[in-house]
Amino acid sequence: MMRTAFLNARLIDPASGLDARGALLVENEKIVDWGPRLFNDADPSDAEIVDCGGRALAPGLIDMRVFTGEPGSEHRETLESASRAAAAGGVTTMIVMPNTDPVIDEPSLVDFIKRRAAATASVRVAPMGALTRGLQGQVMAEIGLLMEAGAIAFTDGDRTIANARLMRRALAYASTFGALVVGHAEDPDLSQGAAMNEGEFATRLGLPAAPTAAETIIVERDIRLVELTGARFHIAQISCRDSLDVVAAAKARGIPITCGVSAHHLALNELDIGSYRSFLKVKPPLRSEADRAAMVEGVASGQIDVIVSSHDPQAADTKRQTFAQAAFGAVGLETLLPAALGIYHCGQATLAHVVGTMTAAPADILGLEAGRLAKGALADLVIFDPDEPFVLDAAKLHSRARNTCFDGRRFQGRVHMTYVGGRRVFDSAADTDG
Amino acid sequence: MQTRGDGPILLTRHLLGIESLSVGEIEGLLDLARDYAVLNRAVAKKQALLRGRTLINLFFEASTRTQSSFELAGKRLGADVLNMSVRTSSVSKGETLIDTATTLNAMRPDILVVRHQDSGAAELLARKLDCCVVNAGDGSHEHPTQALLDALTIRRRRGSLEGLIVAICGDILHSRVARSNIGLLTKLGARVRVVAPRTLLPPDVDRLGVEVFTDMNEGLDGADIVMMLRLQLERMTGAFVPSTREYFRFYGLDRAKLRRAKPGALVMHPGPMNRGVEIDSVIADDIEVSVIQEQVEMGVAIRMAVLDALARGLPQEGANAP
Repeated sequence: MMRTAFLNARLIDPASGLDARGALLVENEKIVDWGPRLFNDADPSDAEIVDCGGRALAPGLIDMRVFTGEPGSEHRETLESASRAAAAGGVTTMIVMPNTDPVIDEPSLVDFIKRRAAATASVRVAPMGALTRGLQGQVMAEIGLLMEAGAIAFTDGDRTIANARLMRRALAYASTFGALVVGHAEDPDLSQGAAMNEGEFATRLGLPAAPTAAETIIVERDIRLVELTGARFHIAQISCRDSLDVVAAAKARGIPITCGVSAHHLALNELDIGSYRSFLKVKPPLRSEADRAAMVEGVASGQIDVIVSSHDPQAADTKRQTFAQAAFGAVGLETLLPAALGIYHCGQATLAHVVGTMTAAPADILGLEAGRLAKGALADLVIFDPDEPFVLDAAKLHSRARNTCFDGRRFQGRVHMTYVGGRRVFDSAADTDG
Repeated sequence: MQTRGDGPILLTRHLLGIESLSVGEIEGLLDLARDYAVLNRAVAKKQALLRGRTLINLFFEASTRTQSSFELAGKRLGADVLNMSVRTSSVSKGETLIDTATTLNAMRPDILVVRHQDSGAAELLARKLDCCVVNAGDGSHEHPTQALLDALTIRRRRGSLEGLIVAICGDILHSRVARSNIGLLTKLGARVRVVAPRTLLPPDVDRLGVEVFTDMNEGLDGADIVMMLRLQLERMTGAFVPSTREYFRFYGLDRAKLRRAKPGALVMHPGPMNRGVEIDSVIADDIEVSVIQEQVEMGVAIRMAVLDALARGLPQEGANAP
């Protein structure tokens, strides 16, 4: 029997809203006890002691939107390299997208991801299955069989299903199995060829651009289709105030939808693109400062349920291009927590609330056990100092790809240790890269 | 040389756009070009200013007049000129632009003139190369030498740009000429109007300091200069405007519309023209109003001035010998 006692911790349990000094005891892969009074009188004699030194101890993060290159583009990222980045970022569960080659639209491929992850990855990995075959937006994927094989939800990743009739049927069919559908909101016609957000800055740079309406139109459409079908639906990412207003209005009408935002859209706006920095070309595009502020507000108010990294590793040759030709996407697993903590540091939300958007909230949406501190829960944990400042160095990232938006950025909030099932998978003191 | 001294004119190593230039830099270039325009009409046009220097014309997009204009400018100043036309479609890109840049860098050019179909390409090259980079047009972003030659042409005819009303008409959305001209003309005190159907106006274009018109008659009212832009027929028809005949009816420059402008107003066009689409042949060929040929002539003078100004910042012989 292996026992680890975490002492002198700032316990953060977003599910109960608790933020207090205390201790936590792990036996094998589970939490067996925790609380403000634990080990107040005497230290445990038979356990390995981890002194948290007053740092935060929280449930490990669940990142609902991670793209990897496995299978098919292993030069960009494997499940193994992504999991090392995840561990360094305090992420203990990665939900991986089906946008691989081949596409995860076959039960055997769901099985492949699960077995491959079990054999190579240091954190938990759960795959989403494709909503349509080959992500082509034409024929529904085998939602029932994929679900049996272990697909946690269904999505076409960074593609929108343009055909409203097909989207309606997919939602209706998915609801037969109680399956969660995750939508990408970007009208493919309105945003065709667009490299950034439409507005004065795009006009000055002379870049092809798409309006925020390209997103909001799909958010509105999908909400109507959810009303029609009663499916479980989550919008992967919103990025502008208009979309937030539409989501808030739908929630007020009692429609059970949820939505996410990427840490990039909380921490950056379109002006950060500066002189055509292609590493800041992401999907959806970075928006105006007013929209960024609206996203922060949406997280603080709870209208936006989860924060994701939208980790999307790209090789240097597809990023070192002119802005129009460069690939979309930025890595984000290792910057998710510090970028999200900006909201806490600005005093717009409590630490427990911000952490909740990356733990309890995604766990609830996905139906996962993880994401909370509880007796008998899996010991997926992160120890981080929410205030410690550091400067991000892209060269020290653990991801195979280094296409971060944040090279040289000053952050507050540093991950020190990450545990998955009671096993330490990251320790900043022993980390040769960090 | 017999023109203005050889003190610095540009504060930067590159000419990437009008946006980053000061009024002083622009006027320095225009003054220098005015002298080169005189020189270009002399019998002996050749100078030795750039002797031993290498100029590479790197054109990813087809161009007749800009490329030959830079070539002639380089040769008249005594440089060795290499023309490279690279045909790449965005789909069949093998080598990245940065790979191309690194390869060229190894050939040790002194000045690289680049045209590319993507906005920001010149800036990307400037960051990766050791030599001076001149932007000869990048996507829908900037075409600084075109704006400079337009300003030089106007200045020769009108003395100054201060207070002039300039109407830029046509495809503003995709036009780098429009963006560079808006920047330059407003810096030099002109009042700039843009005239186009809504589909060819960039969002928030009024934030660039221009007046926006969708009615060409109103837009030309009292204008001193009418600057026509080329309609890119291959991409436009059916997508941005329904047909060329409808476009010509509402946005083509003919006598009737030109009558709204000030008497003696000048007509300009960066070329190549679509006669009968954005401009009536009668206007284009009317030497009383059209300065289109003079624009081409000033183009060579401006490019000589730009090369001269950039060469002043290059390392001199013996200064940094290996």
